[in-house]
Amino acid sequence: MYGLIAAEASIFTIFVVAYIFYLGKSATGPQPSAVLRVPVFLTVCLLSSSLTIHFAGQSLKRGRLRPFTFWWLSTVLLGGIFLGGTAREWRHLIYDEGLTIQSNLFGTTYYSLVGLHAFHVVVGLAALTVVLAFALYGRVQREHAERVEVLSMYWHFVDSVWVVVFIVVYLIGR
Amino acid sequence: MSTVPLTYDGAASERRPLGEILHEWVTTVDHKRLGILYILFALTFLVFGGIEATIMRIQLIRPHNDFVSPEVFNRMFTMHGTTMIFFAAMPVLFGFANYLVPLMIGARDMAFPRLNAFSFWMSAFGGFLLYFSLLGGNGLYGAGSAPDVGWFAYAPLTSQTFSLGHSTDYWTLSVLLSGIGSIGTAINIIATVISMRCPGMTLRRMPLLAWLNLTMAGLVVLAISPLTAAQLMLLIDRYLGGHFFDTQAGGSAVIWMHFFWIFGHPEVYVLAIPAFAFASEIIPVFSRKAIFGYPVMVAATLAIGFISMSVWAHHMFTVGMTAASNGFFVLSTMAIAVPTGIKIFNWLATMWGGRIQFRTPMLFCIGFLFQFLIAGLTGIMLSAAPFDWQLSNSYFVVAHFHYVIVGGILFTLFGAFYYWFPKMSGRMYNESLGKLHFWLFVIGFHLTFDFMHIPGLLGMPRRVYTYEPGRGWDLWNLIVTIGALFQGAAIIIFLANLLWSRWHGPAAGSDPWDAWTLEWTTASPPPEYNFAVLPEVKSRRPLWDLKHPEDPDWHYE
Amino acid sequence: MILITGPILSPTNIFAPASTPAQTIQGLSFLVLTITGAIFLTVFSLLCYAVVKFRERKGRDAAEPAQVYGSAQIELAWTVVPVLIVAVLFLATVRVIAKIQNAEPPTGAIKVTVIGHQYWWEYRYDDSKVVTANELHVPVSDPAHPTPTFLTLLSADTDHSFWVPRLAGKTDLIPNHPNSTWIDPHEIGLYLGQCSQYCGVQHAKMLLRVYVEARPDFDRWLTEQSRPAVASDSAAQGRQVFETTACVNCHTISGTAANGKFGPDLTHLVSRETIAAGSVRNTPQNLRRWIDNPQKLKQGCLMPAMGLSDSQLDAITAYMESLR
Repeated sequence: MYGLIAAEASIFTIFVVAYIFYLGKSATGPQPSAVLRVPVFLTVCLLSSSLTIHFAGQSLKRGRLRPFTFWWLSTVLLGGIFLGGTAREWRHLIYDEGLTIQSNLFGTTYYSLVGLHAFHVVVGLAALTVVLAFALYGRVQREHAERVEVLSMYWHFVDSVWVVVFIVVYLIGR
Repeated sequence: MSTVPLTYDGAASERRPLGEILHEWVTTVDHKRLGILYILFALTFLVFGGIEATIMRIQLIRPHNDFVSPEVFNRMFTMHGTTMIFFAAMPVLFGFANYLVPLMIGARDMAFPRLNAFSFWMSAFGGFLLYFSLLGGNGLYGAGSAPDVGWFAYAPLTSQTFSLGHSTDYWTLSVLLSGIGSIGTAINIIATVISMRCPGMTLRRMPLLAWLNLTMAGLVVLAISPLTAAQLMLLIDRYLGGHFFDTQAGGSAVIWMHFFWIFGHPEVYVLAIPAFAFASEIIPVFSRKAIFGYPVMVAATLAIGFISMSVWAHHMFTVGMTAASNGFFVLSTMAIAVPTGIKIFNWLATMWGGRIQFRTPMLFCIGFLFQFLIAGLTGIMLSAAPFDWQLSNSYFVVAHFHYVIVGGILFTLFGAFYYWFPKMSGRMYNESLGKLHFWLFVIGFHLTFDFMHIPGLLGMPRRVYTYEPGRGWDLWNLIVTIGALFQGAAIIIFLANLLWSRWHGPAAGSDPWDAWTLEWTTASPPPEYNFAVLPEVKSRRPLWDLKHPEDPDWHYE
Repeated sequence: MILITGPILSPTNIFAPASTPAQTIQGLSFLVLTITGAIFLTVFSLLCYAVVKFRERKGRDAAEPAQVYGSAQIELAWTVVPVLIVAVLFLATVRVIAKIQNAEPPTGAIKVTVIGHQYWWEYRYDDSKVVTANELHVPVSDPAHPTPTFLTLLSADTDHSFWVPRLAGKTDLIPNHPNSTWIDPHEIGLYLGQCSQYCGVQHAKMLLRVYVEARPDFDRWLTEQSRPAVASDSAAQGRQVFETTACVNCHTISGTAANGKFGPDLTHLVSRETIAAGSVRNTPQNLRRWIDNPQKLKQGCLMPAMGLSDSQLDAITAYMESLR
């Protein structure tokens, strides 16, 4: 998983570099400071999901299966809220502000970077949901803690990428 | 330490239905079988790439030739480069890594056998997709819809405006898929080397091949991803109306170059480092001496891997970067020559005072030493940026990198083929044919690539489907083309030798070279589980210790 | 390695410099070649020696040779020496980079904007508003009182590269990324080169011709180029065909209604020795063949066959031939 994280980090780095490179270079079209609203709530949700997945992992290691399921379910829900919120934000940007991937350099780099991240969230959430289904059927036991840990690592990675994206896009870039 | 030798002779057992054999190979997760699949796949594409090169050389044999149209020629050089790098060189090196790394570290398989199979089939599909592009467009004699943007596909030539149709997309997607396969294999190698070494094999006792493949895998993980990212951006530009590289909308063509070469330069080290690994295993055995300076060899390799991530813009000296940026990349590129030179000196020192046996694998490694030296020196010439302002994008550069890849990497690969063929097949190849292959190839290689430097010095740019007479390039192009014929003949002899020996060669036994690393303790070919009992090692050369109990390596390490 | 001092082997020989940038580069290259040559000879000799001296002799040594695992002193030596060599080379290189890249145009320098197209070169002389194509004229530069030509490099479509080996190293023309280079040719003559960055189908036939002339000749050329097209009665019919077919969409002939910018400026077409970016000699016969079907002479170039009748072709060719 560390290897995969290194490779993915490399891909994200390139998209972040492109985003930073093109900041301020859009001659026309909506500009970041005009249309971006800082997604504080969504960020809190996503970062909290890192916390909940951590608690889930701890519970499973100690063999406490019901708390594990509870924390795991919270993680999935928080991730889902993040995705839903992102969808709402994009709907606003596209229909109300007219920002699409085609509009200008900002649009291209924004949707690519945030979209790539959202894609990774979707994949992660899908995997988490599968595990959730197993958990609800009572099939996840203490001996699976290590494997679940690998998936948690992926989820922590996705969250840390969001930290970088958040800082670059919503704080620095605006 | 012991193994239970199994002299399993495939030909002697009962004939199995072809369908069953094929099914076994297609669904295998055994690292040895996947290694062989990678190698066979790579050899096939090597032949395709060679045909593309031959077509180009025939077209360039004289000025204003009309053997092929400009459109076809441009597809040929694009396909040749893309095929050779992504579907010949990388797979063959992954194949050897797959086969050898577990055996040499005393493991039974790679860490993730199913990921291994998945990675292979991804790469295979990528290769298939690239060649599928030949069907379509103007039909096969117009080379179909094959990509024609060069293997580094500079923007904005690759935008929808300048590349109509889907030829560029075949390039993008096939390379993207092979990239995913490569990353999978790299992750596998790293996990295997880190966690599956046999008892007693600390990192400091690992064979150099394992160390170098570990470095290569690290580079793959860090360097292939930028290409994947850039290709995703290209797809977004072409299909979703993005503007990453759209210069009309303020996008940058230069940023594609940066992203591509951030991948592209480490990529050539991804190819070179396993080649160094072969040399590091073969030269000691045929000099009858331990490798000189093992710790420094490891350190130099790690240094090369690390520095290689900082030299990329030496491919962009003519692009108009500031003097300071140019200066930085001059320094980093020249710096990487230091650890590389150290390795050459260490190989030389290994041979020094030894008892050199001129068997075919060693012949190829000696050729490698001479040629890699020259390749490195022309590299230093290119690293002096102003000199590069003349030499870049000319046939001098083409000569330089073919010197590295053919004269360096392919030579050690041939060495590796001959060295490990007895282990993989259980049979010995024909030594006279091996030597004939070597000498024919050396003649052809030098005819082609030595003389190729000259048109570059005389102003001939690359990627030209024809050239003007009266520029002094004609004679050299003729000689270059003739050399290609010798190389083609040598390759045919090579393939014929391997094929014939596979079925009719004499039995090789488990240790035909009197070598010292763990793979030579197994039967030839090794049983599926490699080792009945996992070996325990006390030094870098476990077999040396066994054969020389009075003077084992662990007294000195 | 053959060192050339004159263009004996080739008119595009990088070792036959005729201008300061190319000369400076040659100087650096001699240093690099000397150092790499010395390294090569040393290591090559050691390799040859090792291969001969330490080969296995049949029957003699049955025992394994002495196993030498390393030597700190030797390893240190062959680390330090290369580092020193790198330092020397780096410093020499950086000096040359600065000398060439940081040169400022002196007063009196000629300034030309070069715009790369698929597959031809557009030249716009900054001060005199002269616009021409494919054949660049510059004055010779006296080293005592230099009159270099500074080129601003732009592109209208894909990447190109301006390379005239005897005059300077190459510099790329990249859309949305202006570059600049300079030449100060010391000798009168014609200097050849070609595009050196793959730009599409006819990259190979995007040739460069730089005419270095004595100052009076250059000034005269510039003045003639700045005049509008010569009006000629005999070519009036051809001019009419030209202006009523699609030619005017791509080509400019100054002083007429033709104002297209996609293709080369034709105002003084006959003053050029070649057409099709240096790849075809500019004769009436060739010109007629070109206009009839450019694809036959330069397959894949962006000028289509206009489907003109014979009489239209004759008329237009006559008109073109009048554009001195």
